[in-house]
Amino acid sequence: MSRALLLALLLVLGAVPAAHAIGDPNEALPDPRQEARAVEIGKQLRCLVCQNESIEDSGADLARDLRHIVRQQVAAGRSDTEIINWLVARYGNFVRLRPPFEASTLLLWGSPVLALAVGGAAVVIARGRRPPPPPPLDAAEQARLKALLDT
Amino acid sequence: MNRRLLLLVPFGGVLVAGAGFLAMLERAQEGKFDPREVPSMLIGKPVPRFTLPGDPGFASTDLVGRPVLVNWFASWCVPCAEEATVLMDLKRAGVPIWGIAYKDKPADTAKFLARYGSPYARLGRDEPGRVAIDWGVTGVPETYLIDAQGVVRWRFVGPMTPDTVSAELQPILRKYA
Repeated sequence: MSRALLLALLLVLGAVPAAHAIGDPNEALPDPRQEARAVEIGKQLRCLVCQNESIEDSGADLARDLRHIVRQQVAAGRSDTEIINWLVARYGNFVRLRPPFEASTLLLWGSPVLALAVGGAAVVIARGRRPPPPPPLDAAEQARLKALLDT
Repeated sequence: MNRRLLLLVPFGGVLVAGAGFLAMLERAQEGKFDPREVPSMLIGKPVPRFTLPGDPGFASTDLVGRPVLVNWFASWCVPCAEEATVLMDLKRAGVPIWGIAYKDKPADTAKFLARYGSPYARLGRDEPGRVAIDWGVTGVPETYLIDAQGVVRWRFVGPMTPDTVSAELQPILRKYA
């Protein structure tokens, strides 16, 4: 039973990389360097239909149209920023899988620092609360310890 | 005493977060909040320039002169069929509605309109879906209110219901009429 379950899990996991290979070879740009750039840009752009996939990973029609536009603009020699800004002008920052650092995303980008600060403060406070280490043993106590250890 | 109170901090945090999530869920249930909604970049901006073929088709320049409701739809879109009665009611109320068929074959569009009735004063076709991208359309149906100056004033994603019309569209139509 558990072996069958494991096998099923392996099969499912094995199928995951295949889901990435949606790209139709006809879509790709003839120049492999331009194609690699287009893929890099596409990976930063959210599919507006499925929303949790990039346009490179999505099978949606709109994602295919957007992939095509990204490739057209790469071939036309536009920069990464220009291409991303072109899409942001139409779909807003929502289209970016990596939100830009600005006032409205301050908490989002600042949260790791914030978490570190809160954790650091907690550690400092906990250390301050810890009772001081006991004073070293005096001569009489050392003699008693030695006697106990020797027996 | 002070340290006991400190124990309440996590509970307080959970309580605040819970109240927040509850408010989010309630607003989602009332249709006022949708985390998946892509905000429109066009509000307050002139409609993007375009020319669409159709019967007789129209261009962005044709939208200037009076407020027009522009409805993106497709024959293959189930919620569009659902929305058809709402659009027909609006047409009867005298609201000019122009339609844009998105990624749809002309014959299929014609069949759809014959079946549900055509609320559209003019019909454009965006078969490649390229103009839709300039509008920031993410799917069909989507409805935009363009004012007399050709500026986008309102957008609604998904099928409009009688509630949408009375709560959102009518006030904004009165404002820009």
